Amino acid sequence: MIGIAERGAFLRHRHRLSWAESVPWIAAVAAFFLFPSYETLGAQVLIMVLFALSLDLILGYAGIISLGHAAFFGIGAYTAGILSAQGWGEPISGLVLAAIVAGIAGFISGWAILRTTGLTLLMLTLCFAELLREIANEQEHYTGGDDGLRGIRMDPIFGVFEFDLFGETAYLYCLAVLFIMFVVARAIVHSPFGQSLTGIRENIRRMHAVGAPVHLKLVTIYAISAAMAGVAGALLAQTTEYVGLTVLSFIRSGDVLIVIILGGFGRLYGAFIGAPLYMVLQDQLAKQSPEYWLFGIGLVLVVVVMFAPRGVLGLLEDLGARFRRDSR
Amino acid sequence: MAASPILDLDGVSAGYGETIVLEDVALALGAGESVSIIGRNGVGKSTLLATMMGHTTLHRGRIVLAGQDIAALPIHRRALAGLGYVPQEREIFPSLSLRENLEIAARPGRWTIEAVLELFPPLAARLGNMGNQLSGGEQQMLAIARALVGNPVVLLMDEPTEGLAPVIVDSLVAAMHRLRSDHGFAIVLVEQHAEIALDFSDRTIVMSRGRIVYDGPSATLKADHALLDSLIGVAA
Repeated sequence: MIGIAERGAFLRHRHRLSWAESVPWIAAVAAFFLFPSYETLGAQVLIMVLFALSLDLILGYAGIISLGHAAFFGIGAYTAGILSAQGWGEPISGLVLAAIVAGIAGFISGWAILRTTGLTLLMLTLCFAELLREIANEQEHYTGGDDGLRGIRMDPIFGVFEFDLFGETAYLYCLAVLFIMFVVARAIVHSPFGQSLTGIRENIRRMHAVGAPVHLKLVTIYAISAAMAGVAGALLAQTTEYVGLTVLSFIRSGDVLIVIILGGFGRLYGAFIGAPLYMVLQDQLAKQSPEYWLFGIGLVLVVVVMFAPRGVLGLLEDLGARFRRDSR
Repeated sequence: MAASPILDLDGVSAGYGETIVLEDVALALGAGESVSIIGRNGVGKSTLLATMMGHTTLHRGRIVLAGQDIAALPIHRRALAGLGYVPQEREIFPSLSLRENLEIAARPGRWTIEAVLELFPPLAARLGNMGNQLSGGEQQMLAIARALVGNPVVLLMDEPTEGLAPVIVDSLVAAMHRLRSDHGFAIVLVEQHAEIALDFSDRTIVMSRGRIVYDGPSATLKADHALLDSLIGVAA
């Protein structure tokens, strides 16, 4: 007989924290002290990590591919931005409201589109984001339209920590929010609900046959992921005090997909590698060749997909496994 | 036959899209009764189980489980209504551990994870192994165990011995016999090996070209090799 204690021990073993998990957090804290002049860029990287993490929940764990994840990022950004522009500058409640609005949008849209699969689903996600972008463009009274939303003024966090010009507060704020969101995401993927998502990704037919409410589970994770993307968007609005139509653009949806493919999906930490890699590459290649930098990104993506189909993190895992084998 | 069958198929015609594989199939299974289904390859045995689970297109007929018409229900609602399905391909989730494979299918009832581990002792030592680290025999035991922890009222098993070594087949068949006799499970077994099927249940169905051509005592087929040969072309 398997007792509760034994079961608990097994789960702790399977989902235990490893020392390697501390590396990205140590690196993020170290970056704050080592590169003080890059804290604004650093905050953008952390926001991209969170955005990619939200995509990983649906793509890497539930197998839902999306070309319109920017929809929820944009909803979060506009929610937080409009709130602030209307005089509600308290950042934490802005984040919470952005998460709720984006989560509701994810639940409703997911309920409709997750009945489809493959190319149809891909196109519907894209259409949803484009539809929202057009709405945001038309509703310029609220969103600022093509000129973007201005007049965002954030209050100090907890009434104490003011957003400064150098981005110190923004960086630490983004890091703290990312950490909380990561803990939530980690708990989800290692929960029985997360296991059932893996089952859906690997064999949806079998999950139906064991009596799992597949559609409800997919919609639930889609809504959670949307809420998380909404928080990322809200962070961008709050830390830059500006929201433009690009938050809803196809390019942003494509960027986050590239990030998660580069880093490796279905691992949570792939986002931590993919986001800085992509943004540094983007930055450096654009400096080298302002006209053809996208060609360089494409080339890197082709190389990664061909030689490291599980992303850079997958490649590192394979190298680590080989090293351990050789050292035995 | 019990007065009210636990599983009742009446006039079932089904297939894949417009292609009809099963023609006017009728099958009634009493509570605690088991039946084996045999026949040549491609006669519709697996399609019959798949139709009960809702994996095919039902063109005509009724499928009633424990008094509830399940013919229009989606697959997961049929499972919740009490159908347990062990597919031919086993379909173990490779990225989940053995225990997790069981946990995601478990529902309250007498068949707990502990209970299935008692039925299949080799699984107990492999709880932490991932699905893709299990042998064929272990995967098959897990597929049956996973169906059991859903606490079905009828268990559908599609060629569970296919591709397994003889010693593993013996062990698996012994467990299936225990399920049937000790636990009184209603089981529909599709089996390619006629000798295993005829030994498994008192009642056997023979299918040919999507229709039931024999539904009667297994003993009759065991005793009359000529009849068995004429029905499926292979003597037991």
